[in-house]
Amino acid sequence: MFSFCTDPSILPDWQWFACYLTSATHLDFYRAFGVVLVLLAVTAPVALGMGMAGAMALRARFLPLQWLGKGYVNIVRGVPDIVFFLFVPIALGQGIEWVMHQINCPDWDQPIRQGTDFIVCREAKVPPVDSPVWMRDLYAFGMAVTAFALVFGAFVANTLHGAMMAVPRAQVETAEAYGMTRRQAFRRIVLPQMWVYALPGLSNIWQILIKATPLLFLLGIQDVVYWARELGGQKTSIFTYPHPDWRMWYFLALLCFYLFLTWASERVFGWLGARLSHGQATAAGERQRRAAA
Amino acid sequence: MRTCAESFEAYALRALGRDWGAALLPRGLDITTCDQIFLIGGGLIWNIYFAGVAILFGFFFATGVALAKFSENKWLNRPASAFVFIFRGSPLFIQFFFFYSAFVLLPRVGFDIPLGFTTLTIDTSALTTAQVGGLFVLILNTTAYSAELFHGALQSIPKGDLEAADAYGMNGPTKFRRVVFPSMLRLAWPSYTNEAIFLTHSTTLVFLSAFPARQQAGEAFYYARYFVDQTFNPFFAYPLVALYFVVLTLAIIGAFGLVNLRLNRHLPRERRAKMRFRPQYLR
Repeated sequence: MFSFCTDPSILPDWQWFACYLTSATHLDFYRAFGVVLVLLAVTAPVALGMGMAGAMALRARFLPLQWLGKGYVNIVRGVPDIVFFLFVPIALGQGIEWVMHQINCPDWDQPIRQGTDFIVCREAKVPPVDSPVWMRDLYAFGMAVTAFALVFGAFVANTLHGAMMAVPRAQVETAEAYGMTRRQAFRRIVLPQMWVYALPGLSNIWQILIKATPLLFLLGIQDVVYWARELGGQKTSIFTYPHPDWRMWYFLALLCFYLFLTWASERVFGWLGARLSHGQATAAGERQRRAAA
Repeated sequence: MRTCAESFEAYALRALGRDWGAALLPRGLDITTCDQIFLIGGGLIWNIYFAGVAILFGFFFATGVALAKFSENKWLNRPASAFVFIFRGSPLFIQFFFFYSAFVLLPRVGFDIPLGFTTLTIDTSALTTAQVGGLFVLILNTTAYSAELFHGALQSIPKGDLEAADAYGMNGPTKFRRVVFPSMLRLAWPSYTNEAIFLTHSTTLVFLSAFPARQQAGEAFYYARYFVDQTFNPFFAYPLVALYFVVLTLAIIGAFGLVNLRLNRHLPRERRAKMRFRPQYLR
């Protein structure tokens, strides 16, 4: 990084640290923080979408759809989330390969599961056998997003369903009195107003989502935990930057990163709550009205 | 192939260590359905141990921390708030890593604290095991979450109850024992049940990467992962461990529900706090 970094062993302390903290592996470490933020940025809207679909299923009049929604929400919430994070990527991966296998190699005569092996034909491999590394990484990342979205979608579905129920009944009745259909009343009255009721729950789920991101490490993605373990471990003198076991300091840095993230999102949700309460028939909205008057 | 009875003998208590069953875990094609059922079921011993002991200690610590956070004295209030913020604001997974790598750095032989008349030796090597060190982290974690719940409950104790206690002439400790503490528990209990469930679910994180499982003696999810790695078939071990956890969750709800009945026994039926199944929800 810096011009004086050619031989770190003779450098004074501060220059040694300047070189150490900007080494190539450390830059990978800093990029891994970006991976966490990208995961959050991608998962949140997908989970919100899953949750919206789940909530619609929960309030559907068509009974089997309602049962599907209830089953999804209750099963996901009753089991430790870590089981899903590990189960979904591997089960989904095998499922996709199985389907590809049925499509591409219909005349394959051997069983797919032989003892402890899962064997599909070459054309059925996903991602393809000769695909580049970035594609494999992207595939693994997509699997992680799917697993996270499935779990958090169930939480969101429950919150949104509760929020839809919390919109005062009289408002929906008024809409009906104006001759709106059920669908119109939902779109024009319930949907815009439900967010203020959903916000506390959503903010809680967002905090849980943030705290679930280090589990990416278990899915074989080179995330912050992976790099903290790699970089912090003891380095002997054959390395360019020898140092004793510094893992504690790296994990302390991660703790601070996550504390900052939760603190910042608390602030954002506080601001958002104030915005959404504006003009609402809730205690917070009433307080704002009085303060302004 | 082993029969089910043999597999019960070999693996039902294997989670306690090598002396309690077969020396080695079953491998590859040698794995039977019964092996998975008993080994994973045996692993639950550790889930129950971690959750039970952490809840027991966490309950008392959390009461103290909640009172400190509620107090108007800033020397009590600020440290308690900071403690709660740090442990609620960071992932448990990272906390395990942090404390494990910190415990490893402690001198193996332990500390000598000279007290003048005698020397107190603090044994630190045990802290690098999951059974002590991991439990330590879980206790701190559940203390913070429960303290937040108890603090919320303290804030919502009806004013009239406290005034009534004053009117009876109760002094500090008596008032706390007879009015504040029971009300706090009653108000916090439904959420505290969720915390207990979530903590039980969190015990699956103990052996993931940070704390080592000596002699391959781990908890239920550790064995589930082991089997999936061995058989490359996620469709049996993971649903099985999920089923075990659903049963464990229902047991917790049952036990905490009984306590809830007792805490609410003085109230008219319709004012009693309802227990609702919403695990993982308030964290």
